[in-house]
Amino acid sequence: MIPAAFEYHAPATLKEATALMRRFGDDAKVLAGGQSLIPMMKLRLADVPHLIDLRRVSGLAYIKEQDGGLAIGAMTTYHELEASSLVRRYAPFIVEAIDLIADVQVRNKGTIGGSAAHADPAADLPALLVALEARINTTGGARARHIAADRFFVDAYTTAMGPSEVISEITLPALPLRTGTSYRKFANKASHFAVVGAAAVVTLGADGLCERVRLGITGAGPKAARSKRAERYLEGKAPTQENFQTAARKAGHGIEFLEDIHGSAEYRRHLTSVFAARALAEAVQRVAD
Amino acid sequence: MAHTITLTVNGTGYTREVEPRLLLVHFLREVLELTGTHIGCDTSQCGACTVTMDGLAIKSCTAFAVQADGATIVTIEGMAKDGKLHPIQEAFHEEHGLQCGYCTPGMIMTLSQVLERNPDPTDEEIRHGIAGNICRCTGYENIVRSARDAARRLREEA
Ligand SMILES: Cc1cc2nc3c(=O)[nH]c(=O)nc-3n(C[C@H](O)[C@H](O)[C@H](O)COP(=O)(O)OP(=O)(O)OC[C@H]3O[C@@H](n4cnc5c(N)ncnc54)[C@H](O)[C@@H]3O)c2cc1C
Ligand code: FES
Ligand code: FES
Repeated sequence: MIPAAFEYHAPATLKEATALMRRFGDDAKVLAGGQSLIPMMKLRLADVPHLIDLRRVSGLAYIKEQDGGLAIGAMTTYHELEASSLVRRYAPFIVEAIDLIADVQVRNKGTIGGSAAHADPAADLPALLVALEARINTTGGARARHIAADRFFVDAYTTAMGPSEVISEITLPALPLRTGTSYRKFANKASHFAVVGAAAVVTLGADGLCERVRLGITGAGPKAARSKRAERYLEGKAPTQENFQTAARKAGHGIEFLEDIHGSAEYRRHLTSVFAARALAEAVQRVAD
Repeated sequence: MAHTITLTVNGTGYTREVEPRLLLVHFLREVLELTGTHIGCDTSQCGACTVTMDGLAIKSCTAFAVQADGATIVTIEGMAKDGKLHPIQEAFHEEHGLQCGYCTPGMIMTLSQVLERNPDPTDEEIRHGIAGNICRCTGYENIVRSARDAARRLREEA
């Protein structure tokens, strides 16, 4: 399959890239790893008269410690994240989640910025970004913005970014002591995309109770989102199987469950509570480790 | 508008004019006439088109040739040296790692990178490593055996 003809731009700076975005408006898209955009262009689901490749923009691929958390450049690939000891130390569930994304070849190319910007309802990282309360930093709009992850994902393939905005960086805040993380997904057998994925970040207090709970769900509905009702239920309660189960049953609240060949809405509702319970339990178990 | 790209493929430098929409796999097969890289699905799923670019396995049906400007690419044709098969090729030969052979160039190119990152993988790690390469013939058993043997050969060589 051959995409429609397009003009290719490979600017050297982010400033040039956003200037091109403004100039070509809806006719332009940036290219990161190309693992979602190129297939869409080949299928002619995306028509991109001006393709702006970010590969020559230097300084967009990095992972560094910042304020006790991490700052990650938008063009950092899955592979770079997976291989990073900083990422592993910060929150091991990031490495585990990435290991379950697609395959070696896709992980060599796909980027954290591309995953966020694409906002595929079945993508994995968005669940972790909302659970970690990440910030998506953009440039190219009227002003630089720092968008909270749970406001960034608006709908299927739709984000809070304006047409000329580009993600430059994603920041992950410091996690409290005694925090455990876990990502559990029910994967589509062929693509490995999430039919449902649950990302849990749980902090236990000195009293041994669940002090702070963040639960991000992807795949189930049109966008990755936090399950605030489940979080609130579990906070202040003992980390018991029974409490995880009850919290997990609330995890589907507010989700408009998707229905497609991979599963009915009812099935996704069921998977959401099963995988939320597993992720919560595993996150708590890891506080001790 | 055509772009001029300069790249190295299997140790040889090339400079060519390409249309931006030309896929890397079509560039390799049709412009350079290196037809060892196969097209299976053409939808980023099967891995038959895998080559290495700057040492990383990628699906060449999911990259544009213009993106390879300045890159170093290795295809299956670049594996054998001086008439001698690469150790991974030898292992596939000895352990019967193929039937029709369609998936084999992609399998070998993926494994060339997977075994570099992990020289002594378990069977499970091998299977995880080739998860992006589909084989419709072998049922994978002999491919895993070949990969294990390839790893041993590469370790002994090092
Ligand atoms: C076979 C296969 C299996 C896959 N399986 C999974 C899976 O299991 N789980 C999963 O999560 N994903 C999966 N993916 C998708 C993969 O993760 C994509 O790589 C990712 O969604 C997009 O990242 P990219 O860097 O390739 O972005 P691209 O494809 O280059 O871009 C995607 C979109 O984001 C925009 N964009 C990219 N970067 C920026 C930026 N910095 N600022 C603004 N906009 C930007 C582009 O304009 C485009 O609209 C799979 C893909 C394939 C081909
Ligand atoms: S032809 Fe490229 S992945 Fe199948
Ligand atoms: S040997 Fe025929 S597809 Fe693998």
